[in-house]
Amino acid sequence: MTDSSLPPPAAAEAYLALTRRRRLLGGVLLALFLASLVAGWRVVEERSAGGFLDGLPQLLDFPASLVAEAWERRADLPRLIWDHVPSLVETINIAAVATLAGALAGLVLSLLCTRGLAPWPGGIWIFRRLTDVLRAVPDVVIALVLIFVLGGGPVPAMIAIALHTAGALGKLFSEVTEAVDLRPVEGLASTGATWGQRMALAVVPQVAPNWLSYALLRFEINVRASAILGFVGAGGIGYDLRNAMTFGQGRFDVAAAIFLLLFVTIVAIDQTSARLRRRLVQGAVL
Amino acid sequence: MLVIEDLTRQFGANRAVDRVSLALERPAMVGVIGRSGAGKSTLLRMINRLTQPTGGRILFESRDVTALRGAERRAWQAQCAMIFQQFNLVPRLDVVSNVLHGTLNRRGTLAALFSLWPEADIRRAVQILDRLGIAGHASKRAEALSGGQQQRVAIARALMQDPRIILADEPIASLDPMNAATVMDALRRIHEEDGRTVICNLHTLDTARAYCDRIVGMRDGRVVFDGTPEQLTRGVARDIYGADESFSEEATSTSIDRPPAVAALLREAEALG
Repeated sequence: MTDSSLPPPAAAEAYLALTRRRRLLGGVLLALFLASLVAGWRVVEERSAGGFLDGLPQLLDFPASLVAEAWERRADLPRLIWDHVPSLVETINIAAVATLAGALAGLVLSLLCTRGLAPWPGGIWIFRRLTDVLRAVPDVVIALVLIFVLGGGPVPAMIAIALHTAGALGKLFSEVTEAVDLRPVEGLASTGATWGQRMALAVVPQVAPNWLSYALLRFEINVRASAILGFVGAGGIGYDLRNAMTFGQGRFDVAAAIFLLLFVTIVAIDQTSARLRRRLVQGAVL
Repeated sequence: MLVIEDLTRQFGANRAVDRVSLALERPAMVGVIGRSGAGKSTLLRMINRLTQPTGGRILFESRDVTALRGAERRAWQAQCAMIFQQFNLVPRLDVVSNVLHGTLNRRGTLAALFSLWPEADIRRAVQILDRLGIAGHASKRAEALSGGQQQRVAIARALMQDPRIILADEPIASLDPMNAATVMDALRRIHEEDGRTVICNLHTLDTARAYCDRIVGMRDGRVVFDGTPEQLTRGVARDIYGADESFSEEATSTSIDRPPAVAALLREAEALG
């Protein structure tokens, strides 16, 4: 049994020619990359006009006074932290609801834009662009628009984060779904199952661990996003933090308490979610 | 040449390999047979140092290779090439690149990162591919090849290492009978023409009989037979596979259509009938 179509010297020469072409292309790309790197460096240097280096010594001023004031009034810290727990709960609630809503929308979007599974193959392009748009618009921008229309509060923040989450998870979910084994889907189709039944019973069991893992990762990100949205008037702990920081010198102990609370919470959520995700992907039962 | 002394591997409460001792004086083609879970893979993986033994040692030309660390250990791995059941190629890279991976132990990471292989190595890789009859696929991606072709690429990678020993872990278990015969023929030829030692895990008895000079039977981590194919009687085979009276050799196999082997089987069947 022989599968060779070219005699060995010819095969070697052909491969060497291919290698030379690849190396040439690689070299050109590397040169272009280095050239743009140097050019970019020059532009940044001109634009910043030394501001970066001048500002560098002041970089630690704010954290220094924050720590100093917090230490001075350390007896008050537990009370201050306790005072802000309700707004922390609000922030986490915004993130949780937004993640849930966004994940459900992302689930539907991902199935609609996965080749081989989509019920309307013609619509794949449209649903893909829709997820692109949802993902491309930053949640802060959506939140600002919604706060302008609906007024401040947790609802605009929730909608903003949910829309962004739907776009991001739709993309991640569909990447998992593309690698799905189609044989069970065909098996169910042969029994006369509807599209919804095929997806729920043949696709979801295969992808559920990875989907859950991505959703948890998104929840981590959304807790941080929800805290930041408070800065633009969406309520929660971010709003408290902005107020505390505008109190200015002498009242930084409140800001320090909020920072501490936020930091501990985010680390706790990240650690828990990381552990859960590892177990999910390794296939362990929860 | 290769001496294994009391080699043991413990996984929790389970002893995958239990005080195995073997000695090879000169290059040979050795078949290791046994049921799945008998410890064949673990034994081969320990010789290559992919799995760390929990006891015993392996001597190659009186050097204790179980004690090697770091660069020395990797140099030993380059000398005893491994072939896997699932080929373990890089699917998205072309065939020649996969074969050139056999030289990684001699090359720096940076050169490998930019695929800066010496021209002489590329020519040798294509030559090896030609020897195995797949030079025509040189520039294709490994994933585009059939199972039998991929396994021959894996053998080419092993040969590129210019190893003293080739360890083949169930090399034909994922292949159809015709491709299995091609791969086993290639391994036998490499042993005969290059004088390299080939240690081959097989779960099919007839393949081991047809291709190997020496057969080692394992059961529950222990060596229960070590001898020539002629010494391997039906009773011994039954013991290795832990089967009862109804055991027949064909039951261990999907049967490779290799004339001598088939003839032997037929003869046996007639003798029984």
